[in-house]
Amino acid sequence: MENKAARHIPETVLKSLALKPFSGVEIGQPEVNYIAHQVNVTTGENKVVDSIADVIKKTLKDGMTISFHHHFRNGDYVFNKVMDQIIALGYRNLTLAPSSLTGVMNDKIIAAIKQGVITNITSSGMRGSLGDFISHGGLKQPVIFRSHGNRARSIEEGEIKIDVAFLGVPAADPAGNANGQTGKAVFGSLGYALMDAQYANHVVLLTDNIVDYPCTPASIKQTQVDYVVKVDEVGDPDKIGTGATRFTKDPKELKIAQMVNQVIVNSPYFKNGLSFQTGTGGAALAVSRYLRQSMLDQHVKASFALGGITKPTCDLMDEGIVDKVMDVQDFDKGSAASMAANPNHVEIDASWYADPHNKGAVVNNLDVAILSALQIDTKFNVNVMTGSDGVIRGAIGGHQDAANAKMTIITAPLVRGRNATIVPDVATVVTPGSSIDVVVTERGIAINPARRDLVAALTKVPGLNVVSIEALQQAAEARVGKPKPLAYTDQTVAVVEYRDGSVIDVIKAVKD
Amino acid sequence: MEIKTTGVAGTLESSDIQVMLSKGDNGIEINLDSEVKKLYGDQIEAVIKTTLTHFGLTDAKVKAVDKGALDCVIKARTLAAAQRSTKTTDKPALEVL
Amino acid sequence: MSYVQDRLRRTMMFVPGNNPAMIKDAGIYGADSIMLDLEDSVSLPEKDAARLLVYEAIKTVDFGDSEVVVRVNGQDTPYYDEDVKAVVKAGVDVIRLPKTESAAMVHQLVNDVEAAEAEYGIEKGSIGVMAAIESAKGVMHAMEIAEATSLMMGLAVSGEDYTSDMHTKRYPDGQELLFARNMVLQAARAAGVYAFDTVFSNMNDTEGFYRETNYIHELGFDGKSLVNPRQIEMVNSVFNPSQADIEEAFNVQNAIAEARAKGSGVISMNGKMVDKPIVAKASRVLATAKASHLIDEEGNYLGK
Repeated sequence: MENKAARHIPETVLKSLALKPFSGVEIGQPEVNYIAHQVNVTTGENKVVDSIADVIKKTLKDGMTISFHHHFRNGDYVFNKVMDQIIALGYRNLTLAPSSLTGVMNDKIIAAIKQGVITNITSSGMRGSLGDFISHGGLKQPVIFRSHGNRARSIEEGEIKIDVAFLGVPAADPAGNANGQTGKAVFGSLGYALMDAQYANHVVLLTDNIVDYPCTPASIKQTQVDYVVKVDEVGDPDKIGTGATRFTKDPKELKIAQMVNQVIVNSPYFKNGLSFQTGTGGAALAVSRYLRQSMLDQHVKASFALGGITKPTCDLMDEGIVDKVMDVQDFDKGSAASMAANPNHVEIDASWYADPHNKGAVVNNLDVAILSALQIDTKFNVNVMTGSDGVIRGAIGGHQDAANAKMTIITAPLVRGRNATIVPDVATVVTPGSSIDVVVTERGIAINPARRDLVAALTKVPGLNVVSIEALQQAAEARVGKPKPLAYTDQTVAVVEYRDGSVIDVIKAVKD
Repeated sequence: MEIKTTGVAGTLESSDIQVMLSKGDNGIEINLDSEVKKLYGDQIEAVIKTTLTHFGLTDAKVKAVDKGALDCVIKARTLAAAQRSTKTTDKPALEVL
Repeated sequence: MSYVQDRLRRTMMFVPGNNPAMIKDAGIYGADSIMLDLEDSVSLPEKDAARLLVYEAIKTVDFGDSEVVVRVNGQDTPYYDEDVKAVVKAGVDVIRLPKTESAAMVHQLVNDVEAAEAEYGIEKGSIGVMAAIESAKGVMHAMEIAEATSLMMGLAVSGEDYTSDMHTKRYPDGQELLFARNMVLQAARAAGVYAFDTVFSNMNDTEGFYRETNYIHELGFDGKSLVNPRQIEMVNSVFNPSQADIEEAFNVQNAIAEARAKGSGVISMNGKMVDKPIVAKASRVLATAKASHLIDEEGNYLGK
């Protein structure tokens, strides 16, 4: 059948996974029920253990669902330590439900799939060898990709039922109070892991730093934790985040960033109380530098900055032009340190950040989101999941969620190498065009025609080259030519959910 | 036109293509290495072939390592390699482009 | 494309002629002129390949509203003849001759351009020339060089070669270029052609770049040669007219319109006669203001 994003979704996939097709971006006001989790009551003594294997044996059974967070990113040691034991103990048919997957986990997951240890995966995304493996049909069951907000919703509503959550932390006390801000392998906000801590049947902390009771701030609380496992190291501090996020020197990215800033400054949202979320890509990050100058020049203060956070955003808060930073994840050391130092730098969990099925998430209060894309099509649909070759190499992250902003801006170069970025049809629809307002490329800006107010506000700005999305697509094609259509097999290797859990697209195995 | 020596032109930098031409006796045989081969391989090979044919080469072994070059770059690099391999660089064959 | 004698030329961005990635994107930064280089940035074994690449680029790449200039190799090199032929055939706007030392060298270039135009069936005079002054001799002959041809677009000071010819080097205070800058500027103004300052290559010294650009703007240069697209906006900000300049320019324009309406040949403003340099200045100010988006279509001042 064809869903509301005009994508063909096989009935068999919908039926076997009991999922509904995407029917629009409006969430409405449904009445939903959250599920409860199992509690193994203790007084909190004797939680500390040395053996990962013992804890696994006590908590895990074949066919269960296990989860991890990705706050350590490419510096993660926890995932591989735990998976090594799970594989060695001979477990079968597990569902892997992490907040996302990073490159350091790829080899272990492929090995676990090949041995039948992992048979189902849900994640925000995947890259590198794992994406390649999945795109070539390496896993029988389709992977389910969910945004950060949708993962929170799925956990609350029981679509993801976590049996055991293995959560690495840089500091915890013997009772299980823990945070991401103290210790050697700090990463700042524990935003995504807080869902697992709250809803998993068993919560296992792993740490290389057991501190005196009570460990505060207690992002994860002793009331939630079953075991605290002492390990030698949880992560490589140098690979968790970049030491210092540097602004790009790439003139093309700077040019795009400057154009984005022009769009923001000339939009109706550029006034006191402004709120924004910037990505971490070169151009998106550089926007904050231009925006800073415009805010200083025109005496505009922002009420908050949201999202994955970097040091430059914290600097805006320290300078007094952003009141608060609402932080679900940190990308560099400076940002992690800022959270520990500044009470206006607030740790938020994934539900508070982006969940569509609660009583209002921060993304609903967001004015401007600046997001990147692998591809954008002439219907403004955005692909952040598959490359131009159809292979999985991305993550939804908070893309669908942040696109809830009053003005969502996508930044992308018109072409990357010989690949067009603005295309007639994206390979995979991740964020539907109806939630995208402006597309900024170095060769021009396209505004979603549905946003007549923005068309009116931005078209008259001198120097902003406002064109149609079709014109951008044709300009890209004029440069690179028409590609040969991609060849896929009939096998569905992944399902991309919209934030409400409906199916917005499927990804087929590539043929080569 | 006859190939006298192996001719190479272009670099392995982004947006460039390195084209290496050597003697062949079985038409124009192209060995292409490209990140966008699935999508643009046929088009890249066609551009190389047309450029060489216009230049007057009917037999050549071509090894091309593409880094996302546009057609205009592929043409320029192919012709440069062809002129180097035929030792005719002193008279640019602009009419080929 | 074709050569236009009068246009805004604040920024002339150098782009290495053998670098496809930089050539491909050169048009997006709003440089008034883009100078594709076949000379210093291209190594000797790559001269042939760069020439073909630049030829193909001029014919196919979208350089936006920028004027396209090619710096050919010097007349004392074996590459010069074929460089000129290739870029003429490609339809370049302006050819920049390096190491120009005499009017005779310019005449030679014009002859070669005209021969190529004839060979390829291109209308005579559709390509401009400019001269880079890079030696003591060139500086002393700046006047005859500037006046050598009606196709002369402008003169450019080239600081690196000049300072070594003068047995010195570049210094932050620019004293070593004082004479050359003024000679070239005087000659250009006297001949009614454009004057361009040399490049400033230390991208990390923003303050030094602004100091030098303010200085050459104060002297009266039309523009500056640039090595990095990030410098374009910096130069433009220095060359931006003030709000008062813009208002004055509008007043001049109104006075012209008034005089025309009256059928009067004499333009007067506030009781004073407005002569030709004032009229020219007004149109320069308004063109710059428009290009920098300081005024909108109706002429309303938008500010910074």
